[in-house]
Amino acid sequence: MSTPAAPKLPVSLVANPMLSSWVKFGPDGEVTVSPGKVEIGQGIVTALAQIAADELDVDLARVQMIRASTAASPNEGVTSGSLSIQQSGRAIRHACAEIRQIFLGAAADRLGVEASALDINDGTISGPGNIRTSYWELAGEVSLDRDATPGAVPKPIAQRALAGNSVQRLDIPDKVFAERRFIHDTALPGMLHGRVLRPEISRAKLVDLREDGARAVPGLVAIARDGSFCGVVCETEAAAEAACVALRKGATWSAGETLPDENDLAAFLKGQPVESTVIDCKAASPAGENTRTIRRQYTRPYIAHASIAPSCAMAQWSGDRVHVWTHSQGVYLLRADLALVLKLPVEHIIVEHLEGAGCYGHNAADDVALDAVLLAKAAGGRPVRVQWSRADEMTHAPFGAAMAIEIEADLDAQNEIVCWRHSIWSNGHSARPGRASQPALLAAFELEHPFPRVISANPPQANGGGGDRNSIPLYDFPAWKIESHRLLTMPVRTSALRTLGGQGNVFAIESFLDEIAAERGEDPVAFRLRHLADERAKDVIRSSAKRANWKPAAKAGTGHGIGFGRYKNTGAYCAVVAEIEGEEDIRVKRLTIAVDVGEAINPDGVVNQIEGGAIQATSWVLKERVRFDSERITSNSWAEYPILRFSEVPQVDVEVIQRSEIDPVGAGEAAHGPVAAAIANAVFDCLGVRVRNLPITRDSLIAAMELAS
Amino acid sequence: MPITRFRLNGVETDVDADPDSLLLDALRGRLGVIGAHFGCGSGECGACRVIVGDHAVTACDAPLWSVANKDVTTVEGLGNAERPHPLQRAFIAEQALQCGYCVSGILISAAALLRQNPRPSEADVRTALDRNLCRCGSHNRMVRAILRAANEMAAR
Repeated sequence: MSTPAAPKLPVSLVANPMLSSWVKFGPDGEVTVSPGKVEIGQGIVTALAQIAADELDVDLARVQMIRASTAASPNEGVTSGSLSIQQSGRAIRHACAEIRQIFLGAAADRLGVEASALDINDGTISGPGNIRTSYWELAGEVSLDRDATPGAVPKPIAQRALAGNSVQRLDIPDKVFAERRFIHDTALPGMLHGRVLRPEISRAKLVDLREDGARAVPGLVAIARDGSFCGVVCETEAAAEAACVALRKGATWSAGETLPDENDLAAFLKGQPVESTVIDCKAASPAGENTRTIRRQYTRPYIAHASIAPSCAMAQWSGDRVHVWTHSQGVYLLRADLALVLKLPVEHIIVEHLEGAGCYGHNAADDVALDAVLLAKAAGGRPVRVQWSRADEMTHAPFGAAMAIEIEADLDAQNEIVCWRHSIWSNGHSARPGRASQPALLAAFELEHPFPRVISANPPQANGGGGDRNSIPLYDFPAWKIESHRLLTMPVRTSALRTLGGQGNVFAIESFLDEIAAERGEDPVAFRLRHLADERAKDVIRSSAKRANWKPAAKAGTGHGIGFGRYKNTGAYCAVVAEIEGEEDIRVKRLTIAVDVGEAINPDGVVNQIEGGAIQATSWVLKERVRFDSERITSNSWAEYPILRFSEVPQVDVEVIQRSEIDPVGAGEAAHGPVAAAIANAVFDCLGVRVRNLPITRDSLIAAMELAS
Repeated sequence: MPITRFRLNGVETDVDADPDSLLLDALRGRLGVIGAHFGCGSGECGACRVIVGDHAVTACDAPLWSVANKDVTTVEGLGNAERPHPLQRAFIAEQALQCGYCVSGILISAAALLRQNPRPSEADVRTALDRNLCRCGSHNRMVRAILRAANEMAAR
């Protein structure tokens, strides 16, 4: 029997090899674990604690999870892309496995027995004849200031006590008892409150400012202005609000920059200068016989992150050093951009994470941190807390990019697909901070000496791609060509929103497949299964279909549709059957979902993420669209940007296919694409009409019906 | 400044502030009670809900004078880790949230519902929560948790 090769060092350990940067044993019998990833409501902190407790053989209650900070935490970049379990989880598993071995060795020396004779139970290391010591007794003589080595082998699956179990999340009690856990609820001694004045007209410049109204507000400490960046600092939050209102009355703005026609996004996207990239090409030999070609175009609008909390940050200067508290997804990346704007060495800046509301990607969390840093300059060393307004959150934060997707299929005489061409027109899907020589923070574009506005880019396909994410078919078509056209202009600010281009591409692919299956008179589940070789892909499709009793008998006014995707083509597999009711309006009744994330560390956490993703995806599909006229974003409130309400939420039934032997991947973004497609396909099943432009509203249904007639 | 007096979570409370100022500012500001969250400032999302008398209202657009001499309950007044309200217990049992920013307003809407209708149907719960927004998609778990708490309270 051959022993398996020692695992390679996980990427986060390669970047941060020092074991003590990940794990420490405290004086009171606790274990502190310090991941570089942050809690954004996805439950990651709990899953990582489970992994650490398992590998170290300690009770979960002993594990204290440290919030990420550039002062001490490993640098794990950004918490995004459903990579936290993959990156942080693997690093912690390997680091803890090695630490366990190191302590077993030290215990063996102290107790005078072979390490193999020792056992660890809740941190107590014991052996034959009642000899015992513990991590904490040995902590003084065992230094973890050493680099991780690739040789450590984590426990076999069967010996993991916690991973694979639905333990309760560590952060939930604080949240239901309203303990001060959110950044919004955190008060620093001597804290002042700031507000920033931003234009309603897109990219208007502040040309004149009368300050007298704001100066009359009791409690005003300072008005800070640098070019078009302008804000107030006050003793209380109410005073800051009042001073900002007064400041707005005294502000004169220039004309802005023209926004595109919101009712013809495809024409706008296809009419701009672009950078074109061939994402993938597959040639058939011999080329299949092409009898006819069909072409369809799909669009999705700009979508807002629309976090339930407005973005918030705090900052405090001490000489030429600044401490920042933020709910950013990447403390080191934010620090890098702050250093660029402030022209300070990164060592002068500490960026510390505090939890915010769910962000679903790159929202205004980083922008407000720079706002706080700039306003705090006027606060005489006192900390300043800045919170955005709802309107600014809905209009100035980056949006998920609008997309136009065109797919062509060449069909042979039997209506089999012989060639597939998929083209995407979209702005880039990422302008995250900390990745370029120019900052990506909003205020940096507004200063007297502004930095150039960043045009969003796309991550490379090797990292899952951006606008092209999930555009390469998972099906066995004999030939294809996938092209991405990234816009070089950006009148509407875009950056990373959950799934990047994945939702749009899966919606388009799965809608078009459904159309071809219908044309062939073939069952859409059977059609997909026939074109898939990957058994894990087939399993989620079969499981969701079986669970939904595919295909239930047709009933007037109801419809069923299926959608499938593997997030980023390398992550979680997810298949969805949607059941809808529809006449003039569409109501999604039920989503039946099967998901495979490999090893589900916390199965209920996976279900929670999939349910949440599915409901958010339903909201995107049925309701969401950033609205604008030629000069301003008009969807600046919940009334203008409605999201799904309790009475409209479908039942969501999730089956997790547990594969303990396969390395885990994230679940947070797996459902969005398949849900969008499943709903659109169910609409066709119900009404016989294909809606190819999201969202699916009464208006888009009528437009699609008119097009079809 | 005139003083506005009300009972906050059962405790007589005086606030020395403009009666036209907002209840949420008084709560989160000088009273330091942070359970009610700011979400929109225009009564559209429900994150700031508190119970006034027997009804859930949004504190972000309620003037201070409107609660004079009334009972105001925030999520802190429902219970705490030592003495949790059945709703809080049920939300933990059902793991009924993701980010949790909206949850205090939702607990308040649910508590107000259960005062008026101790045995709500699922549809009743959804209707009662229809003015609370949740962006993470935890709706169904929250509905389950509220029905669980209602059952538990009814069984006592």
